[in-house]
Amino acid sequence: MNNLQLNAEGRLKHFITIEGLSRELLTEILDTAESFVGITDQQIKKVPLLRGKTIVNLFFENSTRTRTTFELAAKRLSADVLSMSISTSSTSKGESLLDTIRNLEAMFVDMFVVRHGISGAAHFIASHTAPHISVINAGDGQHAHPTQAMLDMFTIRQIKKSFIGLRVAIIGDILHSRVARSEIQALNILGVEEVRVIAPKTLLPAHVHTLGVSVCHDLTEGLKDIDVIIMLRLQKERMTSALLPSESEYFKCFGLTEKKLKIAKPDAIVMHPGPINRGVEIESHVADGKQSVILKQVSNGIAVRMAIMSMAMQPMSQ
Amino acid sequence: MNKILIKNGRIIDPANAIDQLGMIAVAEGKIFAVIDIPADFTPDYVLDATAQVVCPGFIDLSTRLREPGQSRKATIKSEARAAASAGVTSLCVHPDTKPVIDTAAVAELIKELANKAGYPQIYPIAALTQKLEGAELSSMLALKQAGCIAVGNGNQAIKNLLILRRAMEYAASHDLLLMFRPNDYWLGNSGCAHEGVVATRYGLPSIPDAAETIALDQCLELAELTGCRVHFGQLSCKRSVIKVHQALKYGLNISADVAIHQLHLTENDMLPFDSAYHVLPPLRTELDKQYLRQGLAGGSIACLCSDHQPHDIDAKLGAFPETEPGVSSLETLLPLMLKLVTEHAITLEQGIAALSCNPAKTLGLARGTLTPGRSADICIFNPQTQWQVNADNWLSNGLNTPFWGQIFTGRVTHTLQAGQCIYSLAE
Repeated sequence: MNNLQLNAEGRLKHFITIEGLSRELLTEILDTAESFVGITDQQIKKVPLLRGKTIVNLFFENSTRTRTTFELAAKRLSADVLSMSISTSSTSKGESLLDTIRNLEAMFVDMFVVRHGISGAAHFIASHTAPHISVINAGDGQHAHPTQAMLDMFTIRQIKKSFIGLRVAIIGDILHSRVARSEIQALNILGVEEVRVIAPKTLLPAHVHTLGVSVCHDLTEGLKDIDVIIMLRLQKERMTSALLPSESEYFKCFGLTEKKLKIAKPDAIVMHPGPINRGVEIESHVADGKQSVILKQVSNGIAVRMAIMSMAMQPMSQ
Repeated sequence: MNKILIKNGRIIDPANAIDQLGMIAVAEGKIFAVIDIPADFTPDYVLDATAQVVCPGFIDLSTRLREPGQSRKATIKSEARAAASAGVTSLCVHPDTKPVIDTAAVAELIKELANKAGYPQIYPIAALTQKLEGAELSSMLALKQAGCIAVGNGNQAIKNLLILRRAMEYAASHDLLLMFRPNDYWLGNSGCAHEGVVATRYGLPSIPDAAETIALDQCLELAELTGCRVHFGQLSCKRSVIKVHQALKYGLNISADVAIHQLHLTENDMLPFDSAYHVLPPLRTELDKQYLRQGLAGGSIACLCSDHQPHDIDAKLGAFPETEPGVSSLETLLPLMLKLVTEHAITLEQGIAALSCNPAKTLGLARGTLTPGRSADICIFNPQTQWQVNADNWLSNGLNTPFWGQIFTGRVTHTLQAGQCIYSLAE
């Protein structure tokens, strides 16, 4: 996996998954992002790093937030950006994923930012695209969402300063979550003390412990000694596929309330990759409370994506 | 060449407990004599098999030749050549062609195309239910009369057990074998990888082994209830081996096979998202692989099959879950079997039996042995020849194999079917 992502010098070529990347590289991404944070506060919010480069946001799945932050990140790096929403219906008209990619390649694109509903789609595109093109995974099926994981790492470091000794709880639908998979990998590489997943068995992958986590089925129990709480979004269709009985029962067991938040460490922070379901996985008081860093995550998203995009383009400009 | 003498070969004929150097005489398409050749036998042609193994031609219980309906993937002609080059002299094709083998006309079409190809004996397996939809019974008697050797469910799960029961009762009435791949539709949940460590890491929709074992259990119960003979195809996990072993001990009239790649690959061998490893049932764990090997060595799993599924390039070009499952595997069947022998998982005699007399017994065919009077279906192979899986050495239209580029040991040099040489390796 890392061979595909890294060039011969070990520099980032594509960004498909956190798996196989070193702590040094992840730290470099975070440090580079740090240097971009200031730009957002300037009057002219632009740097010329990717001037003359063309980036295509290729979204086969709906997304507002991720697409917008990728677009802003590209624009602040002075790249030309094209955002395409390709509904799955147009691929079912007969054009294969590869044909779509080939057509865009023919328009002299330098980078694809890809979101796709199928696990492995970004890996597939990166393996088959022209050698000068970089591919950034903006979420593929249930596999990975590495830029989201990195912006969460950035937010954690911003507040907690270091990863050493941290206990992080990830709560909710781990089974279907690409964010959770990427976060678990990043947290373990960056050296936290413990990653704890908290969910009913129906929302955990069969062999979840092999991902390097401890497993807990009870929120009250699971929040003890926790420094960072990451809530995951609960999709409504989980109720109709017999994974959960009802939203209200889920909220009762796994919803984060002010009362439950008190079980965690007093300085624990609350995160959520968004969009949040108020009253389903998280109480409004908590989502908007002083321990919540949810909006900080969103603003950090731009700097982190700027860092990843500029790093992935650098091997080419050398 | 009416009369052929094969000399100096190591003759291995498991059904007759023969393993010795000697000669085989072939006349009029049949085995004429083995070891003790009458002095007055005057061959038209002498085949020198020095340093080679001479054994019964292989009988493959599970292949897909893609015709009719998917000739852009492969044709009966192309795959028959590949089969002949792999020492296969008889093979069964699953009913999931397009259209499905659920009418005599489709079965007859396949027989006709097979006759034109002129290579191995091709036996269609009839669909157990119309269109393989699991709703209405197929015309099994008409299909049997049209040349179908058994009935089967292809890769389709049968959701309704009452229909499975009735189909098995009806098959049993006509003394038809059911070739069943156990697979619970709901537990399978449209998965594409084993529910294990690798699917967890890559977020792939997964299939637990219980999807196989529960369907196997149900079918075993129905075999007892209906008296239908059942052959379980392409078993993939530890508990399936245990269940088949127990059922055989109990005395049920069943048998089982395993696809050759399941004995060599596990989920851990899958390169990330490489569609060449996309197979159904999925590649499982090291423990499952070991049990399958032991099942083969111990006799619970009597047969080996290629589970040959050639694909065109497009079928495998996409994100892993969206690609089509299956391996083009006829041509790696023999070397992968020999690798099991090298790795001391089975003896050479067991490997050959699992590819010849055992599948013949399952199908009730008078083939798979070198007994005088039987059809002269013979495979001659050099167990030492090394060859690479590459375009120069490959005949199947399907290039979809995870073994592409690898060097294998053991290669077929001659294949005889009913005394006719249908393949000989160019020197």
